[in-house]
Amino acid sequence: MDYFQIALVTLEATIRLSVPLILAALAGLFSERAGIFDIGLEGKMLAAAFAGGAAAAVYDSAFLGLLAAIAVSVCLALVHGYASITQRGNQIVSGVAINFIAIGATVILGQAWFRQGGRTPQLGGDSRFEAVTLPFVDTLADIPYIGDIYASLISGHFLLTYFAFAMVPFSWWVLYRTRFGLRLRAVGENPGAVDTAGISVTRMRYLAVICCGILCGFAGAYLSMAVAAGFVKGMTAGKGFIALAALIFAKWKPVNVMLACLLFGFLDALAILMQGRPLPLIGEVPVQFMQALPYILTVILLAGFIGKAIPPKAGGVPYVKER
Amino acid sequence: MDDLAIELKGIDKSFGAVHANKNINLAVRKGTIHGIIGENGAGKSTMMSILYGFYQADRGDIMVNGSKVIIRDPNVAIASGIGMVHQHFMLVDNFTVLENVMLGAEENAILNRGITNARAELKRLEEEYALDVDADAVIEELPVGLQQRVEILKALYRSAEILILDEPTGVLTPAEADHLFRILRQLRDQGKTIILITHKLREIMAITDEVSVMRRGEIVATRETAKTSVEELAELMVGRRVLLQVEKGDANPADVKLAVTNLTVRDGRGVVMVDNVSLDVRAGEIVGIAGVAGNGQSELLEAITGIRRAESGTVLLDGEAIGATGEADPALLRKRGLAHVPEDRHHMGLVLSFEENENAILGYHDDPEYLNGPMLNLENIRKAAQRSVEKYDIRPPDVRLKTANFSGGNQQKIVLAREMERDPIVLIIGQPTRGVDVGAIEFIHKRIIEMRDAGKAILLVSVELDEIRSLSDRILVMFAGRVVGERTPEATEGELGLLMAGVEEDQEAAQ
Amino acid sequence: MSSPYEKLPGWVEYVLIPLINLTVAFLVAGLVVLIVGQSPIKAASLLVQGAFGYGEGLGFTLYYATNFIFTGLAVSVAFHCGLFNIGGEGQAYIGGLGVALVCLWLDGIFPWYLTFLVAVTASALFGAAWAFIPGYLQAKRGSHVVITTIMFNFIASSLMVYMLVEVIKPLGSMAPQTRTFLEGGQLPRLDWLLAMFGFDIGGAPFNLSFIVALVAAFFVWVLIWRTRLGYEIRTMGASPTAARYAGIKDARIIIITMLISGGLAGMMALNPIMGDQHRLQLDFVAGAGFVGIAVALMGRSHPVGIIPAAILFGVLYQGGAEISFEMPEISRDMITIIQGLVILFAGALENMFRPALVAFFATMRGAGNPSEVSTSGE
Repeated sequence: MDYFQIALVTLEATIRLSVPLILAALAGLFSERAGIFDIGLEGKMLAAAFAGGAAAAVYDSAFLGLLAAIAVSVCLALVHGYASITQRGNQIVSGVAINFIAIGATVILGQAWFRQGGRTPQLGGDSRFEAVTLPFVDTLADIPYIGDIYASLISGHFLLTYFAFAMVPFSWWVLYRTRFGLRLRAVGENPGAVDTAGISVTRMRYLAVICCGILCGFAGAYLSMAVAAGFVKGMTAGKGFIALAALIFAKWKPVNVMLACLLFGFLDALAILMQGRPLPLIGEVPVQFMQALPYILTVILLAGFIGKAIPPKAGGVPYVKER
Repeated sequence: MDDLAIELKGIDKSFGAVHANKNINLAVRKGTIHGIIGENGAGKSTMMSILYGFYQADRGDIMVNGSKVIIRDPNVAIASGIGMVHQHFMLVDNFTVLENVMLGAEENAILNRGITNARAELKRLEEEYALDVDADAVIEELPVGLQQRVEILKALYRSAEILILDEPTGVLTPAEADHLFRILRQLRDQGKTIILITHKLREIMAITDEVSVMRRGEIVATRETAKTSVEELAELMVGRRVLLQVEKGDANPADVKLAVTNLTVRDGRGVVMVDNVSLDVRAGEIVGIAGVAGNGQSELLEAITGIRRAESGTVLLDGEAIGATGEADPALLRKRGLAHVPEDRHHMGLVLSFEENENAILGYHDDPEYLNGPMLNLENIRKAAQRSVEKYDIRPPDVRLKTANFSGGNQQKIVLAREMERDPIVLIIGQPTRGVDVGAIEFIHKRIIEMRDAGKAILLVSVELDEIRSLSDRILVMFAGRVVGERTPEATEGELGLLMAGVEEDQEAAQ
Repeated sequence: MSSPYEKLPGWVEYVLIPLINLTVAFLVAGLVVLIVGQSPIKAASLLVQGAFGYGEGLGFTLYYATNFIFTGLAVSVAFHCGLFNIGGEGQAYIGGLGVALVCLWLDGIFPWYLTFLVAVTASALFGAAWAFIPGYLQAKRGSHVVITTIMFNFIASSLMVYMLVEVIKPLGSMAPQTRTFLEGGQLPRLDWLLAMFGFDIGGAPFNLSFIVALVAAFFVWVLIWRTRLGYEIRTMGASPTAARYAGIKDARIIIITMLISGGLAGMMALNPIMGDQHRLQLDFVAGAGFVGIAVALMGRSHPVGIIPAAILFGVLYQGGAEISFEMPEISRDMITIIQGLVILFAGALENMFRPALVAFFATMRGAGNPSEVSTSGE
């Protein structure tokens, strides 16, 4: 393989690996900008992946699978919302709880329903999302480089991939150019200001966690119905936490979120690529180091060595009207 | 002029056992500035929160412009033309002025058109009322006075005809307050109705047309401002003619025990809060610092007690420097004889979830008397707490009771007992009687005088001018971070008031 | 985690409310069992039988409980300082590295009791070291300890895989684990202890670590409620401004608390490594660090609550194994669900039933005036 091909393969893998991160991190963005911390992204994504895989297999429809994924993820988001908004519970505790419930329930229900060791049946045909080929792939195929780039980087992805990347500018637009976004950001900074302006803080925050649930639903569906042909036990493998790290790394800004996710996805792709291949000068970089790098980078950022990550001011604090 | 903008009829509201508003009847005429005055906790804010839809009254009716309105939430209040400027500004700090003004009144789901219109409307309002603010400035970068202006603009943007201001001058410098009053007069002259809530008599006299006095949840009187006097209002507020006279003999000041020289303190944002302050406190005297809250008194106390770093200057405790700009350490200062009754007992002086005896050693928990090596000597701790409970008549006399379950006065006594019973050289006291019942006030004042007579050097800060006047042997007045004058306790309230307002500042400086 | 709610009698606060929350968590878990098409009653009886019904089961129950006492204590010490240490998992994992290195080094030289003393120290030191950086960053740079400890769990996991695969795996071996320790690196089992009550623990790895865990629980109780350091930790946790006023060095207390918390988590590694498997394996912590969160919440951060809570989770782990044997539909993942439900109901939703109870006890008291007990605010 020449270097161009290697680069192409790596970048393609980067895109494939970043998509769930982007969706989950944007999910977290909506929730946390509204003042609800969410370390339950992992659990929601996992539950959605299972629900999607299961429903798609049973009804033989990728679309119904996607709907199921979203529905389940939103339900968990509402549990988190109920605990943190209505009951004013500890948001971290609630997020931890949801992660465990999802990890356990996906396996128990999967085994009970499908008896395949926690897997859902193999998806294919109508029940799985297929990669789409954009027009002009053949036309451009003969042009050196551009043809290959177009064919493997621009074209040939799942619809959900295009959706994820489209969600980035869309989220930006929603947050900064709509009434909903203005209120959502305000409720995460100073809920009192929102309340006195005659807007319900509770309603805004519930809407925010629902947005979070929907996007986590897409992220989960992507995992079990697009990249893989079915749900596998524990298939999120910490992606929810990498997404959380990316969200912090991006300082809670949509475009930065995409860049951070691409960076973390790239590191992941690189880790796979470099396995067993020594680098010049450095020698062989342990694959474990590459896997830990996103977390290490986030800690360094949190320590304030590369800019300061300032979370939304009212984040994690239940809103109580003062007398 | 007899049209009523607001009429409250028989408003009643309880929070649990607290009867915050009792059968409130209030009439506010259109186009007037109506003052509501009362002590802290008299129920002013609750009444206005009901009017703004933050709380629902248990009973009673609200009439706006002559017709009955049920104000379920702030939306209804806004729709009825009521706007409110809160004591703690309800602004989003990292939003621009424009975004803050628009919030909740955006016109459309998509902001574009709203922004254009809001910008134009803001411009018009700014011109009409001379309320200059840069629409694109970010709130956290604006001074407090301008932030308040944004709050007013928010209300006007929502076409408020009735404007409620809750303690608006608490955070303002006198110059800013004056400017605010000019704005308010102008708004009134243009036909708006203004309700001004305050506990400062001076403001009521300066700007209102009518005034209602609240006491313990009730409106006890309504007067035309021109036909009443400060004395009458004060009496109505307090309910009886209290001249806070504390029995005390002459002071016998001895050596300087606390010497502050050229102390300057900045807050987290870099704003100078204490500006080149120098003062001495001698053994056997009480030096009182008068001033409007927020003029640097809190920061001064915190710098002297080692809680906050000073930027420059020195503090000598019994002749030795405490390292105010560097290594000052509250724990070490206590050992050297500096006791501190903090202004805020709920957040500083006490840990409310602790048992009484645990709070009785807060800050002195490394005293060998309370320790067995690294272990706490619970027996000694509880015994000592028991002694204080008896001596200070802290009720209930249960040293194992959670501190949160004591009343305000008894909580304050826990702090006082802890700080006074250790034979300090210097005693720093902030707001000794804030939120304390009348009976306890007398007791606390007596104890402070006793401490003085026992030869302690006492620095007292209080926003209650009466308290400062009746306790102090010398009075310093702080304004905008500086000590702007020194007076004897014989100085009149008016004289001190002018100093506190920064009026005589120039003359003082010139002398 | 203070609450603005009205005071309730002590037994309601510390016994009834946790019990109600726990019951609801188990009822929901029972619902899941029903959904799976099994009988919750059968599952429950298998659970109890498996955990207590015979000596070996009891031995396993207490073996698991040992892990959870350590991790529960770790989480609760941090809670007292107002810190949420989610990093018990990683700290225990790294603690295991300490135990393994000591055993590999000394097991052929020393008898077990000497190796044990060094290993206890090493486990605590390694765990504490792993908690040090998050603690330091929280104290000095204000980086939120929740996020950094989560990150450190993942970093620990990568580091341990690297260590086991590349560094301390014996030559020629394929499995990512150390060699088996000699007798000098193996803790004695406590079969005699249960034998006194007439139980035969059979093959259960119930070992000396249990005693260490009980000692640690006592140590934590003394530390928090009887020492000056504990006083300072509690002051920090309850009111950072009061701590500052009292001259308590906040950075120092935060770091020390995290060191103690990490040390306790690290000591958990003694039990599986020196007490059971006698070698260091991948993922030996197996979620015990996270169970510690549930245990601390259920036990209200008090050793007297933590020990029964840890035993309850021991029951779930052991009894759960029994259930999955008899009822294959209910695998041990059921425990994970229950764990999540316990954290949800005893933690995030701890006040859900409180208003009702407050109202109930107000009526019982017959005060006649219900307004006296309504919540403050609003």
